[in-house]
Amino acid sequence: MRWLEYVVFVLIVVGLARPAGGYLARVCQRQRSFLDPVFRPVESLFYRLLGVDAEQEMTAGIYIWCFVLFGAGCALLLFLMLMLQRLLPGGPADTYLTTPMTPDLAANTAVSFTTTTTWQAYAGENTLRYLAQVIGLVAQNFLAAAAGLATGFAFIRGIAREHSATIGNFWVDLTRSLLYVLLPLALAGSLVLVWQGVPLNLSPYTVAHTLEGRTQIIALGPVAALEFIKNLGTNGGGFFNANGAHPYANPTPFTNFLGMLAIAVLPASLMITFGHMTHKPRAGWVLLMVMVALFVAGLAICDRAEAAQPQPLAGLHIVGANMEGKEVRFGVGESVLTAVVTANTATGSYNSMHDSYQPLGVLPLLVSMLVGEVVFGGLGAGVYSIVMTALVAVFLGGLMIGRTPEYLGKKITSLETRWIALYALLTPLVALALTAVAVAVQSGRAGLVTNAGPRGLTEILFAFASCVANNGQTMAGLNANSLFYNVTTIVAMLAGRYGSAALALALAGRFAQQRRLPTTAGTLPCDTPTFGALVFGTVLLLGALCFFPALALGPIVEFFQH
Amino acid sequence: MSGPEESAGETPQDAPESSSAGLADQLRPAILSVVVLTLLAGCAFPLLLFAIAAPLFPHQAGGSLIRRNGVVVGSELIGQEFTRPEYFHSRPSAAGSGYDGTASGGTNLGPNNPKLMNGAPDFAGIRQLAEAYRKRNGLLPGAPIPVDAVTRSASGLDPHITPANAELQIPRVARARGVSAEAVRRLVAIYTQGPQFSYFGAARVSVLELNLALDQLLSQSALSH
Repeated sequence: MRWLEYVVFVLIVVGLARPAGGYLARVCQRQRSFLDPVFRPVESLFYRLLGVDAEQEMTAGIYIWCFVLFGAGCALLLFLMLMLQRLLPGGPADTYLTTPMTPDLAANTAVSFTTTTTWQAYAGENTLRYLAQVIGLVAQNFLAAAAGLATGFAFIRGIAREHSATIGNFWVDLTRSLLYVLLPLALAGSLVLVWQGVPLNLSPYTVAHTLEGRTQIIALGPVAALEFIKNLGTNGGGFFNANGAHPYANPTPFTNFLGMLAIAVLPASLMITFGHMTHKPRAGWVLLMVMVALFVAGLAICDRAEAAQPQPLAGLHIVGANMEGKEVRFGVGESVLTAVVTANTATGSYNSMHDSYQPLGVLPLLVSMLVGEVVFGGLGAGVYSIVMTALVAVFLGGLMIGRTPEYLGKKITSLETRWIALYALLTPLVALALTAVAVAVQSGRAGLVTNAGPRGLTEILFAFASCVANNGQTMAGLNANSLFYNVTTIVAMLAGRYGSAALALALAGRFAQQRRLPTTAGTLPCDTPTFGALVFGTVLLLGALCFFPALALGPIVEFFQH
Repeated sequence: MSGPEESAGETPQDAPESSSAGLADQLRPAILSVVVLTLLAGCAFPLLLFAIAAPLFPHQAGGSLIRRNGVVVGSELIGQEFTRPEYFHSRPSAAGSGYDGTASGGTNLGPNNPKLMNGAPDFAGIRQLAEAYRKRNGLLPGAPIPVDAVTRSASGLDPHITPANAELQIPRVARARGVSAEAVRRLVAIYTQGPQFSYFGAARVSVLELNLALDQLLSQSALSH
């Protein structure tokens, strides 16, 4: 039954990739779509309001600048709103807001939600006003996701074009992503969530008088406004502390499955958009198949680890899989599916507690973040994550056959190679350096309040991997709401968001200027299964070279402890 | 507005003078877009969603609260703690001091953490939980028990138990209520859900709804006597 669910999930994602990818290409290229009658007037109104000439395109440099500027503006607005949230009217009552909104927590949350990381060093139900969750966080779930999708569009254009000084207009891409993709899908999806039981109200926390005569205070709120877009936009931060495990956030197995589709379908279909716009549809499919292969491998490992009966439980005649930190309605199947999907797509809307996973259950989650979210990946960012890895593969392949490496007719000279290398080194550099600092200083080790030893190291590595990958998943045993972690994770999140995008877009800008080289007998073909295998191997090779020592001290040694 | 040349220029060159002009030109759209799009996504979207969803699904939008004689006794979706023998018991919980609706969360204990199995002065480990569960339900030491009965969920608010867990509790509940195990078993069957749409997720029993039905059954049989 579990496996059937996995198979059906993969089939739906792959099956929807072609139609959704085609639609995204229309959005990207400003072609007509069935939503035009509704949104075309709104779109024109926006451009007039913002003073944007939609026909005027940008160089890569200006595009990056706009992306950074927009993110900075959003972060500033959100920071101010969080600092002043106590002035907002409505629930929950002050008595329930027990976590103080310190400046470092507000800054961390502001950066986190404007970079699609949605790392949460706080628990929603005892930190935030309803209106801060909606006007602040819901809005940023849309805006940060739209900005990410915009960079994905610009990157694809860069590879698709030749002799072009420009790669698109950021404001146009941003507006169109929001209007034609995120808002309509989120509206439909959120309605399904409410139907299935996700609350949408501004009621105060309600006192229930339980059957045994106790009182239970139930946290409510406008939960449904957040819970679908958090997945669709590959953000992942939940309304409540338990995120996707909370029965109000994710009441049924069906809402969970739908959420996983919302996460994976758009990033997967962007590979088809990529193939379509570069006029190499097979190259897009090859990269998508590499993603699927890596996804299935991660899923299989995680499933094996979690579905097995834990050894210590067997001794006590306790029958079943590792259900510590898992919900009965999801069982092992939907818990593992969600863990692997959210780890792979920079989303992090977990529905089970990864800190209670077996060492080999944690491993694929950690690895998929460390290798840079190449499987589906963040919305928009996923395109350049996998293509940058493919470029490394092209470089390696070029060395093997002794030719100047080129990808889809774009030549990779020493300058491009340097940027590709920098991109590939960004995650290891940031994640490993910050992990080293955290274990070296007292304020870093002070976060280990739940687990120690290799699991503690894994928690810290997991935190920084998650932040630099803009994922936001957490092994929540780590107490991350401290000045040290609030500041260091900001560094990781900013590097992951703006560092990767800047390098990828700068490269796209150079590719756009190049002419397209004709395919010859000496060209390494980039649309064959062989190339797919090369990319698959490159992902594993880069991951192993960069991270094996760290992984060996974390989940691997933990696995051999018992 | 002087910006970079229109796309597809034949000479691929960076134009420094137009780039620098372009940089300053972006400030106005940046500031305005942050404000306008925040209003669109953070105000207009939730209001529109509310306007459609609240009339269509008022019960769910309000939190699926259950009222008995006008008093809120809980939510269909949120688990609650039961300790009396005449009720089916929920899973152990790590939310606050147990099923705290304002403090969702799990233990986050790693599988090799000794505290998980053996407990701590203020925390029952799986070993203690298993022992207590067997004792409560009149099971022999070493009798096999389902894993959900002795592990804490991710939210701490899990409203469900597995059918196997419910089955082991039936004799205790029937004895405490003075009804036949068969009558209780019939009720459990009614409140057992298979995979959703016979496909998604795992089979489960909703504890609060089952216990409410038990109370109702009892008051009905009291009336008929």
